[in-house]
Amino acid sequence: MTTIQKKPATGERNPIAHLTEADIEAIGVELDAIRQSVLDDRGASDAAYIRRLIATQRHLELGSRVVLLFSAFPPAWVLGTTGLSIAKILDNMEIGHNILHGQWDWMRDPKIHSSTWEWDNATPAAQWKHSHNEVHHTYTNVVGKDNDLGYGIMRVDEEQRWHPFHLGQPLWNFINACLFEYGIAAYDLDLGATIKKKQHQDPAFRAQAGQVLRKIRKQATKDYLVHPLLSLPTGSFLPTLAANATANVVRNLWSHSIIMCGHFPEGVETFEKRSIEGETKGDWYVRQMLGSANISGSKFLHLMSGNLSHQIEHHLFPDLPSNRYAEVAPKVQALFEKYDLAYCARPLVPQVYSAWHKVVRLSLPNDWLATTTPKNLPSQLKTLYAMATKGPKVRRAAQARLTQLARRQAAASAPTEVSAAA
Amino acid sequence: MTTTVEPSAAAAHRGGRLRDRAMRVAEAATTPLVPADFLDLFAPLRSGAELRGRIEEIHPETADAATVVIRPGADWAGHVPGQYVRIGIDVDGVRQWRAYSLTHGPRADGRISITVKAVPDGVVSNHIVHQARPGTLVHLTQAEGEFVLATDHDRLLFVTAGSGITPVIGMLRNLFPSTDDGVLRLPRSAGLDIVVVHVAPSHPHSIFIRDLEALDAAGVITLIARYDDEHGVLDINDIDHLVPDLASRRTFACGPAGLLDALAAHHDAAGLELVVEQFRASRVEPGEGGTVTFADGRTLEADGATPILDVAESADVLMPSGCRMGICMGCVIPLKEGAVRDLRNGAITSVVPGETGVLKVQTCINAAAGDCHFDH
Ligand SMILES: Cc1cc2nc3c(=O)[nH]c(=O)nc-3n(C[C@H](O)[C@H](O)[C@H](O)COP(=O)(O)OP(=O)(O)OC[C@H]3O[C@@H](n4cnc5c(N)ncnc54)[C@H](O)[C@@H]3O)c2cc1C
Ligand code: FES
Repeated sequence: MTTIQKKPATGERNPIAHLTEADIEAIGVELDAIRQSVLDDRGASDAAYIRRLIATQRHLELGSRVVLLFSAFPPAWVLGTTGLSIAKILDNMEIGHNILHGQWDWMRDPKIHSSTWEWDNATPAAQWKHSHNEVHHTYTNVVGKDNDLGYGIMRVDEEQRWHPFHLGQPLWNFINACLFEYGIAAYDLDLGATIKKKQHQDPAFRAQAGQVLRKIRKQATKDYLVHPLLSLPTGSFLPTLAANATANVVRNLWSHSIIMCGHFPEGVETFEKRSIEGETKGDWYVRQMLGSANISGSKFLHLMSGNLSHQIEHHLFPDLPSNRYAEVAPKVQALFEKYDLAYCARPLVPQVYSAWHKVVRLSLPNDWLATTTPKNLPSQLKTLYAMATKGPKVRRAAQARLTQLARRQAAASAPTEVSAAA
Repeated sequence: MTTTVEPSAAAAHRGGRLRDRAMRVAEAATTPLVPADFLDLFAPLRSGAELRGRIEEIHPETADAATVVIRPGADWAGHVPGQYVRIGIDVDGVRQWRAYSLTHGPRADGRISITVKAVPDGVVSNHIVHQARPGTLVHLTQAEGEFVLATDHDRLLFVTAGSGITPVIGMLRNLFPSTDDGVLRLPRSAGLDIVVVHVAPSHPHSIFIRDLEALDAAGVITLIARYDDEHGVLDINDIDHLVPDLASRRTFACGPAGLLDALAAHHDAAGLELVVEQFRASRVEPGEGGTVTFADGRTLEADGATPILDVAESADVLMPSGCRMGICMGCVIPLKEGAVRDLRNGAITSVVPGETGVLKVQTCINAAAGDCHFDH
């Protein structure tokens, strides 16, 4: 028995109960072989891909900003804002995210290297690399360890005790989506914990916070001062300012949606801290397989998502060049099928819906949403009101009733549902 | 006087300030990139850019050697014949830096040329000779090297072997430019008396042999060619017979380490001066290896035979580099703690914190000799 089998995903069912220790090791071996096959023929055409993409992004950004110099003219505003939004998304997703992962370090090009790259985002590359590459990719979906999971402000799993505070989480999540780059900067800084522990005088924290503020100031100066001022001669100061704000929000909403789809949709497993003690390479691989979800769609979608639409492949092989994920995906999926594991992939809209559904479901007490029907809505609302306003004792009692109700409903409904959950 | 000087100085000052300010605006408008990132899209060879060049022509010289003509960027500062340039070129998507001698004097068209011989399994040389295409952008450094002629001597002996002819042909072409009407005799080369001893495996494998023969036919040099297949492998001590007036000449030599070492021993014994250019360092037996740790905390296993540069590069650490044979200092990084071993002579350099202070070491010819910590 490996650790992941002993204490698998939190929740009631164990998605890997059927795997033996040897299976898990074999999965690791097969995935290593897939990775090696890409490394073996990584070369000039991959290098040409990222260089072409960077050049395209720069042309697009420059062109859009030039068009926006005339943004008082509405078609120019629309064209420029669309272009700038796409340019910022490309910068952050397919280019920045992947370069900062070291996916292109093998080219030994000092200009396209994880140690030198900087991106159009509030959070400085160095800090993001720590929180993302080291923490998130190591502790993927481990509740309490992986900040990406709910960004420390949300309830992400049934096992986490519900609190009335969580009722607001759909709202927090939406605000976080709009301001995503600042949200990332804050959790790269571990701002919440630092304030809670009153460590904001700590010199290391102050130095990092200083870097973030400088980065934010530079970004804001470019988008909200220099570019609008350069547009002043055509009377386009305000429209250009609005265009930059729009592009930033579009980029934030888009990247937030893509990232939510990666680990949040229904069907993606989360793990307990204890489950990763003594984890082997095979265990780690299996955790990445079950803790990620893909978005199916067109080439353009894959590009715009920074190939995080291949989140499963990305989490298995975070340092392979992103342009190769599409090619390894069928092999990875075949491996899921061979070992009877669920490869979670849906088109963009269902996947975003699924992630939001989970946010809403977990903002409510366990089983509340599932047990609510139009008929019992008034009584359910009364229960919810009581749970939200009264003390922990009331909450516990009400929760017990909800759980019981859910069990009764499940037993009453068709046996298909039971076997589906088994 | 003062009235005319002051306004123009003030104007220049204002101009400078204006430029500075325009630059600051451009920087503020392009952050987190820099203005150069955008200018590079349109004019990679412009003045002020990182030094690059564009390959314009590639001509085969022999079956496994080719001459590459490169248009250098606007900031190319020129060179002295005999010097080399370092070239960064992408092979299979990976940036590789190598040194190549310049095979022309400064040319009227402002271009530079190198001649590359493909060595067995050579990553860059095979790519350049067999795969590279005109139009490719390469990265360059300014010309470097001490293998150049001084004006104080007009009796010269060149000893070259194989592709070691390249820096010498650069000097000879500069001294005796060849035109459609034959070899030009310029005042600057009037008094020169030059002997070239050229060693090659065979006549057809000999780069620039036709140029050497033409110079010999024109009477401006004396060519003594020795082909392994015709004359047998040259014993360097025979040079006394090949060039009887050796002692009155200054010797310039370029070729494999074995030949250069033998020649150095010979000249040493005879008390003669020798100027050499080496393409590749000779190595001693390796010692024990160790580990190499970088500033970001990454630690790599390093054996005692592999240069630290190669160890780091194969783990995708971004490293400065140049000639890769210990002559240009393009690869030095600070060693904070630990010991390294010079692969050319076995010399150990160790850094003890608080005692020796940080030392800068060349990573291309040093291997780890224990656990090393670099501030890089
Ligand atoms: C100052 C200087 C000037 C140079 N000028 C020239 C020049 O004008 N023309 C030219 O062709 N080369 C020149 N070189 C050599 C050149 O820099 C490269 O070392 C050479 O082209 C081999 O590189 P590679 O990438 O093909 O081989 P690598 O992939 O680096 O090496 C592959 C194999 O070849 C061996 N090897 C490396 N170098 C040589 C060599 N020179 N001869 C034989 N085997 C070798 C290696 O040990 C290895 O086993 C010069 C080097 C220096 C330092
Ligand atoms: S690379 Fe030239 S000295 Fe090391």
